[in-house]
Amino acid sequence: MTLAPTESPTSLRRDALESLSPPRRRRRPKVLLGLSLVVVAALALPLAFLLIEASGAGTSNVWHLIWRTLTATLLWNTVRLTVVVTVLCAIIGTLTAYCVERTDLPGRRVWAVLVVIPFAIPDFVVSFGWNSLFTWVAGFRGAVIVMTLAVYPLVYLPVAASLRGADPGQEEIARSLGATRVSTFFRVTLAQARRAILGGCLLVALVILAEYGAFEILGYQTFTTEIFSEFTVGFNTASACALSLVLVIFSIVVMMGESSLRGTGRVSRGGPGVQRVLTRQSLGRAKWPVVLAFSLLVLAALGVPVGSSIYWIFEGGAHDLVGESLLAAALHTAGYSAAAAALSTVMALPVALLVIRYPSRWHRLLTRTTFLVLAMPGLVVALALVYFSEQHADSFAYQTAPMLVVAYALMFFPLALVGVRASVARAPVALEEVAGSLGVKRLGVLLRVTLPLIAPGLGAAFCLVFLSCVTELTATLILIPNGVQTLATQFWAYQQNLSYGQAAPFALLIIAIAALPAYFLERFFDRRGVRSHDQPRPNVRVLSRSVTT
Amino acid sequence: MSELEIRGLQKSYGTQPVLRDFDLTVEQGSFVSILGPSGSGKTTLLRVIAGFERADHGSVSLHGEIVDDETHFVECQRRRVGYVPQEGNLFPHLSVERNVGFGLPRGERRGQRVSDLLEMVGLAGYAQRFPHQLSGGQQQRVALARGLAIDPDLVLLDEPFSSLDANMRASVRHDVRRILRDAGATAILVTHDQDEALSLADRVAIIRDGRIRQFATPTDLYAKPSSPELAGEFGDVNFLKGVIRGHDVDTPIGRLVLDDPSSLMNARDGASLLVLIRPEQIVLTSLASATASARVLHTEFYGHDAVVKLRANFDGTTTLVARTANAKKLPDHDSEVGVAVRGGVVAWLDESAS
Repeated sequence: MTLAPTESPTSLRRDALESLSPPRRRRRPKVLLGLSLVVVAALALPLAFLLIEASGAGTSNVWHLIWRTLTATLLWNTVRLTVVVTVLCAIIGTLTAYCVERTDLPGRRVWAVLVVIPFAIPDFVVSFGWNSLFTWVAGFRGAVIVMTLAVYPLVYLPVAASLRGADPGQEEIARSLGATRVSTFFRVTLAQARRAILGGCLLVALVILAEYGAFEILGYQTFTTEIFSEFTVGFNTASACALSLVLVIFSIVVMMGESSLRGTGRVSRGGPGVQRVLTRQSLGRAKWPVVLAFSLLVLAALGVPVGSSIYWIFEGGAHDLVGESLLAAALHTAGYSAAAAALSTVMALPVALLVIRYPSRWHRLLTRTTFLVLAMPGLVVALALVYFSEQHADSFAYQTAPMLVVAYALMFFPLALVGVRASVARAPVALEEVAGSLGVKRLGVLLRVTLPLIAPGLGAAFCLVFLSCVTELTATLILIPNGVQTLATQFWAYQQNLSYGQAAPFALLIIAIAALPAYFLERFFDRRGVRSHDQPRPNVRVLSRSVTT
Repeated sequence: MSELEIRGLQKSYGTQPVLRDFDLTVEQGSFVSILGPSGSGKTTLLRVIAGFERADHGSVSLHGEIVDDETHFVECQRRRVGYVPQEGNLFPHLSVERNVGFGLPRGERRGQRVSDLLEMVGLAGYAQRFPHQLSGGQQQRVALARGLAIDPDLVLLDEPFSSLDANMRASVRHDVRRILRDAGATAILVTHDQDEALSLADRVAIIRDGRIRQFATPTDLYAKPSSPELAGEFGDVNFLKGVIRGHDVDTPIGRLVLDDPSSLMNARDGASLLVLIRPEQIVLTSLASATASARVLHTEFYGHDAVVKLRANFDGTTTLVARTANAKKLPDHDSEVGVAVRGGVVAWLDESAS
């Protein structure tokens, strides 16, 4: 024994009690913290540059730039569209999710897939589909129709997931306490889905604030379209950056509004494994009207864009030019998107590990700052990178492939983080501890235990970012390397020339490529909610339950 | 040298103290049980010993080397402590063989050592199976083999049998005991199951509210409990009031011999005591030869022994429980019998009397 106490053990003990020295801390892995800080710093770059440039230009100058271009029309256009579409999406997304998850709607499994597919269709393709067929779909009316149809899945997906996860027994109890069906829906079901609805609305609002392509087609002016034309038509980077600051502030206000409404309530369940068998609400006489409504929704959101693309292929003519460029553009799209998805997922890993495995207030704050990127429209990220490369790196990076990949990775980092973080949280920490106690070093534990366990989450994060990159237009238009075309930019070029017949195959290919990861995603998220059929999962669930007890 | 030595250990989660003033010494090669209800700090103790958590205060030494105190902290990777978690926690993505070989150097992961271990836990034919294809007991044994594979100096078992059903529990329990003894490992078993603790361990530590109440062999826990409450937890009890007289104690059923008078050294002659008499110490005699008598309330016959419930005549209210082995004839209901006490008794100062 090397311990040779000079005092009696009891007095030592009393000292320890009375001095109340702070508890000893376990060593926080410096590598993990270092990597996370690098990632967070990279994500802060766009905002930092906007601020630096704005302050460099001088406050009065910035105000001047903003006031010169900012008109009441622009503000009014942006705000009313954001509000109307967000409300419509909340209603449509919530009602469809409720019907699919909680009622005896005929053909639920088919509808569950069909109503999600529009998620994979870029907003500008929906816009093109409607506008090219029906010229009256334009302006404010057109923007409301198109954006609602394009983005309601952003509400549907989280609400469906939360309804699937929430305890249906609560509804039965509410009914048994005398609440009517309608009041049960409002007081229990909606309450269960509240956070999911708000989260979905936040995404919808942010998407609308950032949208460029769809509004350009519809001839509807918002902040983002104005910034874009300041930059590309007027070549006025300074005023584009100044306006971008206003846009970012807008987005941050929306995010703060959402978090203040979200509250702290949680959807709780009875306990592990006590989920009651779901008795579905009967739609009764409303059954066929509801089916009709679903059919119309799918027709409008899915049928029109796809149908109109096919129509233009046959009507437009001049197909012979397209074939080769189609393949080249598809390869570029896939290549950039895959690289960005991989980069984003790798970036998310240290941040997710840090916040889940070493939870502390400071780590949570660090993670939360990364979500500020959500408030940075792709246009702003692209402009910031352009500005940065012009000012500080000369022509080294502007309009090169790595620049585009980095822009994608930064823009969609929050999506990757959500996927990775969820899977790290579900991977039982006990397994990592056991591995450690067996003498395996930290890196070995990461490679041999953690990564295999969270592989599905990494895959989901990859798919989510990949899908978003494939359908991205705004930043791509600005950062695409000279002489290179992706599916989106080539579509855009043809569409701008009104060569609908040549644009249409690009639109269809975008949908096809984006639908693939969307399918995998649907399966991944479905697995989370519902008991799966494959063997290893229940075991993992038991393991993870043992960690929480 | 002791395998494990814990001095003045304190551990809190937030403001909630979990372990306080905790001392424990475990000798090499012994099997120690930590027995306590859930929430008493058992699992936290194991996590501190394994190095998953750091102690707030105090020290932990393994094999004479300090692994956790104010200045030192040895990571779990370097402690050579085998940890067998509550539900096995096998790696779900690895086969049985790869689970067992997980902690071995790369070259040995599929070698003889792994198959030897699998044989030892009786799962020789299961190397290529995956955890979800095993029963709970099999998973538990794989977890044990995995923990033993790194040839640990100390094995920690965190309620390893609680997830098994009752039939399987007894057999897996004794398999584990045998395997650990064969391996010559020092082991600490955490459990809330009294039978498990008493039947497996060389020594049992009773833990309540983060403190050790008694650390003794299973027989001493029964024969010399440290407090009346603990006495009541291990077997049936009769408590009588008494008065100390030198090395003896006067009770309503006669003068009894104290087992361990030194524990009452501070008691002055004539002090009130609470006396513990185990049911098997009470002997039923004929009325004529007895110093005390009682009336039979009822009898329960179990074959190998019988329990007789009595009402003592000295005050007409105290009930006594007697257990007699090989009873050829049980006293009749409501009859009067003589009562005597066999062997020495344990007693404590009666705080309620003064």
